[in-house]
Amino acid sequence: MSFKNRKGISKILAVGIVALVLVAAGVFYYTQIMGAEQPATVTAGGASFPYPLISKWTSEYNKLHPLIQITYQSVGSGAGQNGLFAKTFDFAGSDSPLSDSQIAQNPGILHIPETGGGIVVAYNIPNIGSGMNLTADIIAKIFQGNITKWNDPAIAAINPALTLPDLGIVVIRRSDSSGTTDGFTTYLKNASSVWVLGSGKTVNWPTGIGASGNSGVASTLQQTPGGVGYLEFFYAKNNSIPYAKVLNRNGQFVEPTLSSISKALGAAAPLLTSDIRASVVNMPGDGVYPISVFTYILVYKDLSYMPEARAKAVANFLWWVIHDGQSFSESLLYPRLPSSVVTIAETNLRQLTYNGRPLL
Amino acid sequence: MRLISRRSKEKLIIAALVALTGAAVIPLLWIVASIVWNGVSVMSIEFLTSLPAPFGSTGGGIGNAIVGTLIINLFASGLGIPLGILTGIYLSEYAYDSKMGSAVRTVVESLSGVPSIVIGLFAFTLIVLTFRHYTGIAATLALGIMMIPLVAKATEESMRVVSNDLREAGMALGIPKYNITTRIVLSMAKGGVISGALLAFARISGETAPLLFTALFSFYWPTGINQPIATLQVLIYNYAISGFADWVAKAWGASLLLVLVVIAINVAVRTLGRKKYGGA
Amino acid sequence: MNKKSIFFKDSAFKYLVGGASMVVVGFFAMIFVMLAIRSYPSIVNDPLMVFGSTWDVNSGIFGGLPAIMGTLASSAIAVAFAIPISLGMSVFFTEYAPRRVRAALSVVIDIMATIPSVIFGIWGLWIIAPLVKNYVQEPIIGSIGFIPLFSGPAYGLSLFLASLVLTFMIVPIISSLTISLLSSTPAELREAMISLGATRWEVVRHVALPFSKLGIFAAIILALGRALGETMAVTMVIGNSFMWPFSSVSLFSPASTITSKIASELYEAVDMLHVSSLIELGLILLVITLTVNFSARLIITRISRRGATQ
Repeated sequence: MSFKNRKGISKILAVGIVALVLVAAGVFYYTQIMGAEQPATVTAGGASFPYPLISKWTSEYNKLHPLIQITYQSVGSGAGQNGLFAKTFDFAGSDSPLSDSQIAQNPGILHIPETGGGIVVAYNIPNIGSGMNLTADIIAKIFQGNITKWNDPAIAAINPALTLPDLGIVVIRRSDSSGTTDGFTTYLKNASSVWVLGSGKTVNWPTGIGASGNSGVASTLQQTPGGVGYLEFFYAKNNSIPYAKVLNRNGQFVEPTLSSISKALGAAAPLLTSDIRASVVNMPGDGVYPISVFTYILVYKDLSYMPEARAKAVANFLWWVIHDGQSFSESLLYPRLPSSVVTIAETNLRQLTYNGRPLL
Repeated sequence: MRLISRRSKEKLIIAALVALTGAAVIPLLWIVASIVWNGVSVMSIEFLTSLPAPFGSTGGGIGNAIVGTLIINLFASGLGIPLGILTGIYLSEYAYDSKMGSAVRTVVESLSGVPSIVIGLFAFTLIVLTFRHYTGIAATLALGIMMIPLVAKATEESMRVVSNDLREAGMALGIPKYNITTRIVLSMAKGGVISGALLAFARISGETAPLLFTALFSFYWPTGINQPIATLQVLIYNYAISGFADWVAKAWGASLLLVLVVIAINVAVRTLGRKKYGGA
Repeated sequence: MNKKSIFFKDSAFKYLVGGASMVVVGFFAMIFVMLAIRSYPSIVNDPLMVFGSTWDVNSGIFGGLPAIMGTLASSAIAVAFAIPISLGMSVFFTEYAPRRVRAALSVVIDIMATIPSVIFGIWGLWIIAPLVKNYVQEPIIGSIGFIPLFSGPAYGLSLFLASLVLTFMIVPIISSLTISLLSSTPAELREAMISLGATRWEVVRHVALPFSKLGIFAAIILALGRALGETMAVTMVIGNSFMWPFSSVSLFSPASTITSKIASELYEAVDMLHVSSLIELGLILLVITLTVNFSARLIITRISRRGATQ
């Protein structure tokens, strides 16, 4: 019964050896990773606005605590909130605080401000770099489709130094439910009398192309000459997309920079003490960039619904974020939290419990 | 009478055919060239062995995705190859002419025509939605199912070409059928079966759609098959559409690695097959 | 006793292989069952909603018609592009190419068929999209842009680009089958023609192609089935917008397909109705592709039967 030839046997042997090596590598690797600390996997998601920073935090935290793996999906604030309500996310990132009706339907959720940032009006006009002057009224008219050409007299009047082309404006806005949209439209509602679209995570845009996430807007904008969109600062800066100076309440055209955004958040910090959900756009002050917002982490007070190790990991991670984590903010162009806001965040985090016992 | 002579018509036609052939060949060369061109520059030991850098930061690598693809593929092979071989044996040796056999054959052929994303949806509905948890197990199920028709077909075909005389001789000697099947027929068909299994392995190595919402992705080393697991395929997709220059560069590097592996397996199978069947 | 144990092993093995086959059949059946169960919430919610023209996640409206039409259109265009390319290459391969060229071409066809979809995607997105925008879409829009089908603006990522990338992906399917069909033209017919003084092209035109007609048709249908279900490359280059075909019929507009919708939305969908609508679209895709594949198989069976009676 020996129909097997030698060649066949050696082939099977080779396959066997490869399999063995792989299994051995696997075993080695498992023994390496299994340590003393209790492992936990945390799944979170939400706003794309702070994604670069949260992504950095989860990676740095994993270096300090190799058994804690936190995954944050950049799916937009709206999807993040829904994921938290459905408890598929252990915590959510959101640039807009929960509305009163959301709080009524989903009680027991904490708002933890973890960082903030500027929303910039970015554009793609051939031969024109950063620094075009814009006012809230002009931005409102552009995004409502009332101004349709880049050489519109209203824009030209406040930009005498620029040679604006006779180029159609293509509005690029978010297609997903977004806290960036909320911050941007709240600013326009607040600062412009001509804005009629209201504010919220989604509004009924009369014009333009929808793109998903801050990165979607950034890449669509890069491919669309004549395009204009609103973006978190890092996405514009990192992709070298030009962005506008915006007129603030003190009558200055202010360029979004780490320092002008930090100034805005510093001026806004006292508002949070009385109401964590306070609207902070369009703050008065010298050198303040007006479209600046705080962004929040949303988490249930009572984490008893998840395994204890995971609840501990969530609490410890968030505590780390508002303290040590802040040292990573500025390298990614996010302002550090003002110390008064850190105190608020601490107070809120201390309310986290597991089966009635505080987690921190 | 004729506007152009038959001869010059023939020449024109050859020119047209060459142009059309070029239209098929040039894109392939172009793809390979752009992958090599863009991928080589990021290749390094660090790239192949370290964890991904966070979004917005440069550096890091694709180590966990390589391990993840290997893990998922091995588990999927554990499901798909045995089931495929057994089904192939059934079709070739036990139900070749029967109604049942042709029904099974139709199902196997239909299964190979089901879009991979639909098979992924199946694993998603069965496992992810039921346990409300993204997991490598669902990915394994999806890719395993995708292997079955490929392996079954290769097994059936290579067993059918084994001469019936051998089977009859075995019967005449009173050897039980399962022995004839496994020791004689399967052993003769082994080359074809192994080729089929390897090609199926190569095929699932490039499959991305079923992984998107099953294994999802992870920035960490895999800790268990029941967790979200990074894979090369999903990494290429996520990084390529991220619009972040460093990630896009890494997507090219990962593409180069993936294409090398897939082509290497195919070339190996082709040359092995050549030797065995004399180029048939 | 020995006999008994042999009999036992023999039947155990029979049940093993039979059982494995039943498991495979079971998997196939379960695909339908599970997709149907999970589509149920969307079907009860509104059985006709999936054929609506608006897809608005934020308002909970899930009309899949743009995606269904995008799937059909991108595949149809790809097949239309692929037919001349594949047939041209196949005829060149079987009739004109020197042996070395033939060997090289068969390697090319093989490799093309094995390159993963996501690789076509990254190439289409980063290499082809800008070129198509600048050198194909803009000139065409500039000259015949008044025709709605070719009207602007030129987005690189578009239905057209998706069809183009799909074309390259299905050319190897049609070519490899066509080549084997053309090479199996009966030699007597071929020689008879040549002895009458026919050129090679005339042989192809009057003998080889008519002889393989039905088989080539089956190959095209098979390729269509593949194109309909193709996901990654399409998702990466089609622009995933729901403009087409309702707010713009231009081939240069971004569009969506069933597959691109599922791939880009399912993992971030939280609303149950959203998830279930996506799964329902998947079920529709499954039915379409199986019908297409099944008709290709029917033709192939007919051909092999014809071959048997000749």
